[in-house]
Amino acid sequence: MKKFATLTSALLAGAFLAFPAMSAELRIGINDDADVLDPAQSRSFVGRLVYTSMCDKLVDIDQNMKIVPQLATEWAWSEDGKALTMKIRDGVKFHDGEVLDAAAVVATIERNMTMTESRRKSELSSVEKVEATGPLEVKFTLKTADVTLLAQLTDRAGMIVGPKAAKELGANFGSNPVCAGPFKFVERIQQDRIVLEKFADYWDKDRILVDKVTFLPIPDTTVKLANLRSGDLDIAERIAASDAQSVKDDPNLTYADVIGPGNMGIYVNVGNGARADNPMGKDKRLRQAFSLSIDREALGQIVFEGTSLPGNQPIPSTSPWYNKDLPVPTRDIEKAKQLMKEAGFETVDIEMQHANNTLQTQAMQVIQSMVAEAGFNVSLKATEFATLLSEQTAGNYQMSRSDWSGRIDPDGNIHQFVTCKGGLNDVKYCNPEVDKLLDEARASQDDAVRKEKYDAANVILNDELPIIYIGHQPYAYGVSKKVEGFQPSPDGMIRLLGVSKK
Amino acid sequence: MPVYIGKRLLVAIPTLLIISIFVFSLQKLLPGDPILAMAGEERDPAVLALLREKYHFNDPVIIQYFRWLGGMLTGDFGISLRTNQPVLELIGQKLPVTIQLAVMAMIFALLIGIPAGILAAVYKNRAIDYIANIFALSGLSVPNFWLGIMLILLVSVHLGWLPASGYESIFVDPVRSIKTMIMPAFVLSTALAAQLMRHTRSAMLGVLSSDYIRTARAKGLSPREIILSHTFRNALLPIITLSALLFGELLAGAVLTEQIFTIPGFGKMTVDAVFTRDYAVVQGIVMCTAIGFILMNLIADVLYAALNPRLRATL
Repeated sequence: MKKFATLTSALLAGAFLAFPAMSAELRIGINDDADVLDPAQSRSFVGRLVYTSMCDKLVDIDQNMKIVPQLATEWAWSEDGKALTMKIRDGVKFHDGEVLDAAAVVATIERNMTMTESRRKSELSSVEKVEATGPLEVKFTLKTADVTLLAQLTDRAGMIVGPKAAKELGANFGSNPVCAGPFKFVERIQQDRIVLEKFADYWDKDRILVDKVTFLPIPDTTVKLANLRSGDLDIAERIAASDAQSVKDDPNLTYADVIGPGNMGIYVNVGNGARADNPMGKDKRLRQAFSLSIDREALGQIVFEGTSLPGNQPIPSTSPWYNKDLPVPTRDIEKAKQLMKEAGFETVDIEMQHANNTLQTQAMQVIQSMVAEAGFNVSLKATEFATLLSEQTAGNYQMSRSDWSGRIDPDGNIHQFVTCKGGLNDVKYCNPEVDKLLDEARASQDDAVRKEKYDAANVILNDELPIIYIGHQPYAYGVSKKVEGFQPSPDGMIRLLGVSKK
Repeated sequence: MPVYIGKRLLVAIPTLLIISIFVFSLQKLLPGDPILAMAGEERDPAVLALLREKYHFNDPVIIQYFRWLGGMLTGDFGISLRTNQPVLELIGQKLPVTIQLAVMAMIFALLIGIPAGILAAVYKNRAIDYIANIFALSGLSVPNFWLGIMLILLVSVHLGWLPASGYESIFVDPVRSIKTMIMPAFVLSTALAAQLMRHTRSAMLGVLSSDYIRTARAKGLSPREIILSHTFRNALLPIITLSALLFGELLAGAVLTEQIFTIPGFGKMTVDAVFTRDYAVVQGIVMCTAIGFILMNLIADVLYAALNPRLRATL
């Protein structure tokens, strides 16, 4: 009997001991395959999803998009806003065991600023130089005051990579990325999976509650949902709006969504080459009429099943930077017709290009019929995405439907799109007054002053409408009930610290 | 025979050259700029210019072509713009996946198509023939993407028997590997099985009506012997040719099936590469596929000769 008791207790103890050792793997379905796994070269949203688990940044954001410490524990701006000093967290290690110190931070930032293949140059364009002012202190010296730098450092520009690996692998860093995040790189099979495992020496390791994370690119939304429902996935990102209800109805799944910082807009060619010579491009009253004839609320209900947020500014109304004096307009066909009449038009024929996927096509057809009531004859041109992008950049369009994934600082949603020399100014809008306001907003460290400038710029932009904003995209997730602690982040990233799996 | 194979391989050289010109120029005719397509939201003009320079997109097209061709001859297929990986390495990663899918689909197709074709021929114009024909017609007309999604919903979501999608290497976990491939291979095989069934049926009917079969019947051979050793063996020739060609097509990757079941094979890589204008990858895959197709054709012809003694003399 005693023997039996000993045996049972031993077995029980064994079972309890074995329990924590059981490996918990999270399988996450993502929309596309990531590109190069190098924060300096990366340019895809899904790439950022992977980095969030793999590469810690100098600063992060919290649930309210406020900037909070990550690798930098504290920071301070100089009086004139031209210098930023950061204290680096002590005792942080890279995945290869190297120590993360001020020199490593400097090496990464310099790599981002100078490497040929780097896509981070424009994000760091205000930086004159970066230097280590102590073993754990770095100083950024800026060419001009740029308060948005901090927001840039919450993303790929602020991800610190292992200097040894970066030096050895150079532009090929993505083949075996070394960072300082909670999970380290294990393997990647193109178009199939990216595998990460728990990094035992992570500075905040107690909050890592899973051992392995596998990202699986599944572009087909139906198949992604089927995988989630059959238990092959634990989390699926960007669930299609049409699938939201079936996720909610499934007893094994939970649904979560959040409005992202991005926007959905209709670009009007107001100055980009010969095709800007069209009635819409030349007369703002027609653009106003077009905007007024769209029922944004109904559009969101029909196309996004109510998961999106109607909008009329580059920033969603959920953001503190939104100009509340310019609410989303309600549909007003009479006023639209009147504006058209003032401009001298009964009807306007116009061509609008859009990406050739189901969601966009559906949305554009709804808009087409809405604006038709005011007298706009829109001919839709479904265009394959790579072509659409080059046509839009080259100015070979009258109107073009385009999405922006959004940035944490309002500057990232406005400045480059509408300033005369903005890198993404595909409409070629140019208004010195707007330039001045947006440049000043960038330079000030006082949020109240910045808000005033953005508000003023938005008043002008809302009147001239080079870009007609129609709404803001949601980030929707389907999550298995086995997963605990998952919370959608407002930037659409999947943060896995504190997330566990039963 | 070796002379024949050598000749065929020599003929393959100009064929491949023509294909290389085609794939290269068709790519260049596509609208859209690869550097811009890759840039996504980061479209810093200075960086784009640097990258254009780095990947030689500013050179005249003819120079780009010869640079690519020269590279290929030395085994350098170029580098994927999207992921910086050498194209040859990517192809090496995908080839086993595509081969596994192709082999499994072919096995399904042969197992279903040939017996169905034999039965349909033997029981011509009887119930079995009609049933086989209905299945063949359905197999040809049901679209793969629809059948794939229905199977996923039924087998994976409702019954939970097989994983819904994904891939596992056969060397890492053979059981899971086979499990993940069953549905896609089956979906892919339906159209092939239908074609094989139709071909087997007509080839069998042709042979069944010939004189020597009548003689065999008159000799009193058992129907089993007549069908399997006399009729089927002779009907096999066109079936082999068709099978080899079908297999060659399978090696090009099954775009829709791979997309639905998220199998990282040639088809999926090709689609992704076309959408991102990853020229080197598209070119590399097309060339590889062309080589595979030419080889499969050659194998079919050689097998043909091996099975048909009359042809041997002509080679």
